[in-house]
Order: sequence, then structure tokens, then C-alpha cells
Amino acid sequence: MDPGTTSTPMVRMAGVQKHFGDLHVLRDIDLEIAPGEVVVVLGPSGSGKSTLCRAINRLEPIDSGTVEIDGRELPAEGRDLAALRSDVGMVFQQFNLFAHRTILENVTLAPIRVRKVSKGEAENRATTLLERVGIADQAHKYPAQLSGGQQQRVAIARALAMDPKVMLFDEPTSALDPEMVGEVVEVMADLARDGMTMIVVTHEMGFARRAAHRVVFMADGEIVEDSTPDAFFSRPSSERARDFLGKILTH
Amino acid sequence: MNVLLDNLGEFGIRFLGTIELFVVSSIASLVLGTLLAAMRVSPVPAMRVAATTYVTLLRNTPLTLIMFFFAFGFPRLEIVDLDYFTLAVIALSLYTAAFVCETIRSGITTVPPGQAEAARALGLGFGQSLGLVILPQAIRAVVPPLTSVQIALIKNTTVAAGFSVVEAGGIYSTLSERGYSTLAGLLWVALGFGVLITPMTLLQRSLERRWSASSGGTRVAAGAR
Repeated sequence: MDPGTTSTPMVRMAGVQKHFGDLHVLRDIDLEIAPGEVVVVLGPSGSGKSTLCRAINRLEPIDSGTVEIDGRELPAEGRDLAALRSDVGMVFQQFNLFAHRTILENVTLAPIRVRKVSKGEAENRATTLLERVGIADQAHKYPAQLSGGQQQRVAIARALAMDPKVMLFDEPTSALDPEMVGEVVEVMADLARDGMTMIVVTHEMGFARRAAHRVVFMADGEIVEDSTPDAFFSRPSSERARDFLGKILTH
Repeated sequence: MNVLLDNLGEFGIRFLGTIELFVVSSIASLVLGTLLAAMRVSPVPAMRVAATTYVTLLRNTPLTLIMFFFAFGFPRLEIVDLDYFTLAVIALSLYTAAFVCETIRSGITTVPPGQAEAARALGLGFGQSLGLVILPQAIRAVVPPLTSVQIALIKNTTVAAGFSVVEAGGIYSTLSERGYSTLAGLLWVALGFGVLITPMTLLQRSLERRWSASSGGTRVAAGAR
């Protein structure tokens, strides 16, 4: 596939600034992501990469600048923001499955309540999605009864159930035991192959090399590099990126 | 034993009054308290202020004073003419709702922030996030203290006896009029309250058991999570 040829970017951030108190966590962020593009955001901890991801659906309010999804600017609060958020799937580090609802209910809740899909239709779709991520046989269990890797795959299915235009992944494998990382990365790589627009904050260099079209490298709240995975990993242009890669690739 | 058997009718009528007071006030206080808790976490500042003021006012005022106001002050305002039973229900409900609110609010703070974030990220509005995701988990977390609040309510119904409402707290006065030992009578009244409270304790246990699987809860002994 060839992303980047259509006119309207799926996600557009322009002049985005964000402070946490005295800390300037997002510095003048400009970023455009084309439909179908898979962008991996890398950077040392505290570089602002998670905040960047969360600013895209306004889970993290920004001080100034604009964020657009598919050409529409994100409103500040209220019903319109909720509507726009429903088009943006999000997967969290801590899974955040609804603890009091079964796996199936987790996946059907938003389609029924937000999209007003009928219960039967939502359940059919949920079952298909759960099969796709390999959890269909656990549909009637509660989140706490599943492993971390299984929970994260359900979280991906839950986000997909809303037919999102873009998926945000905020360190989706960082809370997982090492042996469960593979199963989640596999599901994400499948999604990337299917043409989903994805923004992935991760430390999984394997996924970045394999599935990403672009790597965005952040440090101290700034986008320092924006290039192809191949260029980034073999010829990083900035000192900070070389330093970062040196630290993570040595072990 | 004679105190009970000779006055069985009296005991029956008055305990029935207690149960009626309790059931109506319990439902009203749970509904109002949940609404107040929702207001206290609402994004609208005016709602938060209103609910906080309510809780501060009602929680800090002795129930007897509130009951006194509704029994003697409120009728003088001549807004609506209500009987003592209704006035007692209002006083008990308004008072208990402040405690229900604070109990549920403490439950809300136990729900991880990620739950609300996930709900918002899926496009659920504030009301939906609260009603479908946060409150169900918050209430599950506070079943034991919420039961305590309701047990306090059932015992607080006796305050209504002072305002001519027919309920169990007033049994002793009838007994003493009839020349029975009030002390023995009060022991039976205490036992009666024990009988009323037992089902609530059992309900608490069964709810805790039923919801333990879905809470993903903290098990101190197992050291999980």
C-alpha cells in the first residue's frame, strides 16, 4: 500500500503546546498522518510521547494549537467531542477493560450505547472481532479472569467494534509479561496489514521495523526525527536519537 | 415473655411502621444519595458546590433537629399539608442521603481513572461513563459501608417516635401506660431490630460474594495485584 497520497490527513496536529505546571511536555507539535499510515512514536520516558498520543483524542487537553481528525477539528468538550472520540480507537497500557462487565459486554457496550446498534447485531460483530483476536471462547468471562495478553487483545477488539478511522496505542505491550508481548504485537501487525491508520507509542522495536511506515522520535516534548524505520534505525540524524538507540539496542 | 405475648398487636403494628418508614426512606435516600454523588464528581462547578453544601449541611445537623424542623417548622410554612409519617420519611431520607452520597463518592475514588478514560475514549458521554462504568463499580466497592448506612437508617427511624409516628421506638411508652415492665419490653424491641437487620447483613454478604468475580478485587491474603 502507498500511504500519504490522499489530500486530507487522517490526523493533523498543528502548533500543539502543552504544559504540566512548569514542565513543557509538548513543544510546538506539527504532525500529519495519512489514512492507512502506521506511525510508531519512540522516545525516552518523559519525552512526551504518551501525552502526544493522548492529546489526539483530547484525553489530555492541550494549551494551544489544533488537532484534527479526518479534517474535523476536535471540539473542547461535550457531545461533539464524544462523537469524534468514538471514531478514534484507543488501546491503553493498562488495558482498562471494564472490570464489572464480561468480555462480550466490554466489546458491545459502546456500539450499543453510542452507535445505537441493536444488541444482537453488536454481539455478532463482537464475536467476529473476538475470533479475530483469538479470544472468542472467553467471551463470558470477566477481565480479571484473563491473562494480560488476552485482556489487551480484548481491548483491541473493543476499540475495533466502533469501526474507528484511526487507532491509538499508548504503550500497549509495556505492562505485559514478556511471553505475552508477541500475541499482542501479532494482532497489531495484522491490523497494520489490513490498512488501519495507527499511531503506536511503543518500545517494541520489532514492531517498528516490521509494520511501521514512519518512525517519529520524540525527546523533551519535541519531535526530533520523523523518518522511515529503515532510515531511523540505520542512520539516525540526531545525537539524541543515536543516544536513545544506543541505550536500547545494546541489550 | 408475657410483655411480648400480651402486647403482640402493639409490637406488630409498631414494627410494621418501622419497616414502612425504613423501606420508603431507604429507597429515597439511595436514589438521592447516588444523584448527589454524581453531582459531586460532575464537571459543572455549580453542581459540585450545590452537592457539597447539601452534604455539609445535612451531615453536620443532628437528625433530631432535622426531624424537629420537619415536624414543627415545616407545617408552619404552609406549603403543603403532609402527615407526620411523610414528614418523617422526608427528614430521614434527606439526612441519610448525605451519608449515602459520601459513601458512594468514596467508592468512586476506588475506581481506577483508566476506567473513565476508556469509557470516554469510546465516545461515552459523562452521564453514560458514570452510569454504565463508574457507578456500578463504585457501588460494588462500598457494599459493606453502604449497608452500615442503611442499618443506621433503620435504627434512626426510632427518632420519629418522638413526633407521633407509629413505629417500634415508641413501644415502651404504650407498655408503661399499660403497666408492663418497660425494660423487658425494650429488650424485645432490641431483638426485633436484630431480626430486621439480619436480612440486610445477609444481603450484603450475598452481594459481596456475587460481585467478587467481577470486581477483579483486592485480595489482601492472596497478595494478588
